[in-house]
Amino acid sequence: MALHKPYQDVPGTTIFDAEQSRKGYWLNQFCMSLMKAENRERFKADERAYLDEWPMTEEQKQGVLTRDLNRCIAAGGNIYFLAKLGATLGKSFQQMAGSMTGMTEEEYRDMMIAGGRSVAGNRVIGEAGDAQAHRQPQGRGKGTL
Amino acid sequence: MARITASVYTSHVPAIGAAMDLGKTQEPYWQKVFGGYEFSRRWMREHVPDVIFLVYNDHATSFSLEIIPTFAIGTAAEYPVADEGWGPRPVPKVLGHPELASHIAQSVIQDDFDLTIVNKMDVDHGLTVPLSLLFGQTQAWPCRVIPFAVNVVQYPVPSGRRCFMLGQAIRKAVESFDQPLNVQVWGTGGMSHQLQGARAGLINKEWDNRFLDRLIAEPADLAQVPHIEYVREAGSEGIELVMWLIARGAMADVAGGRPPKVTHRFYHVPASNTAVGHLILEN
Repeated sequence: MALHKPYQDVPGTTIFDAEQSRKGYWLNQFCMSLMKAENRERFKADERAYLDEWPMTEEQKQGVLTRDLNRCIAAGGNIYFLAKLGATLGKSFQQMAGSMTGMTEEEYRDMMIAGGRSVAGNRVIGEAGDAQAHRQPQGRGKGTL
Repeated sequence: MARITASVYTSHVPAIGAAMDLGKTQEPYWQKVFGGYEFSRRWMREHVPDVIFLVYNDHATSFSLEIIPTFAIGTAAEYPVADEGWGPRPVPKVLGHPELASHIAQSVIQDDFDLTIVNKMDVDHGLTVPLSLLFGQTQAWPCRVIPFAVNVVQYPVPSGRRCFMLGQAIRKAVESFDQPLNVQVWGTGGMSHQLQGARAGLINKEWDNRFLDRLIAEPADLAQVPHIEYVREAGSEGIELVMWLIARGAMADVAGGRPPKVTHRFYHVPASNTAVGHLILEN
């Protein structure tokens, strides 16, 4: 019998469950390695060579190289692990989260100062809110970090 | 006998720690956050406990995907401050209370909660930001801390109901410890926030304030709220709020005592991506 996953109908949201965790194991463990200063330096010196030391999928490596966090999350990444990559690149949680919305850093920051994203229309897939698939991207950002 | 005198609840947004570490607390953006803690710091100076039982979550710092304990209690004498990718925060190391922590572990496990016992662990912003918020910048933390890490990173996280029951078991354990210690239980994380995907930046003020109301007045009913409501209403990372129910479950009224005094309540949007909530409840 399939596991009960009531969270799959939330728009713009990937819940990091056992299935995602299994898929993203090496991507996330690569991110963990960046908690050591010497590994951060080696990664920055030659990203591709450092990534090739890990049994990650090519899609996961491309997600990292292109700084596309949505792509990383689709490939099993989790934001708290990806935050180590962000820190290595000198990016804050706000810059990381904002990059996934398609907004620029300023657009996202302004949205937060104005009270954040409303839940209205964003509870269930198929409503009309700004996080729904048909309303992407949301701003003039690159969509990458 | 040891006793639980108060519970403290607060968000643990990493950017709050960074604002303190980088000297930005006077900027208007951050003043609005720290202003809500001015009373709390004065109150803390007059109510320094012997031990804080600090419920938080590790953010892929000490627990990678190699080991994912649902509930982990620190029984070590001390805990280094973690390097989360930026270098360690410039805050004092955290001193534990191995005797009380081991006592709680033994009692709570015998009450059917399968804790993981941890004797070596770096502590991340989830633990150090609440300490910084309540004690400010200091050369040494003024009391001992028992870190209690809850998995809220990989789904499924423990239910609110189980967290609330665990708090009750922790209360029983503390009260059977044979030293006259003043113990506070802190619940941290939240409030509404989402750090991923097209829905990043979600904030739900109405839901958060209702959560605060219910945490104060009807915690047993609040503990019945299923995971999916947290995700849908408070964002994928808003699920951290189940940790507040552990601290709330440890309060006297849940065991038949009198309702707690609401000493302080604060709510503000935003700190970085997150709604900041803060409560002090006294027994």
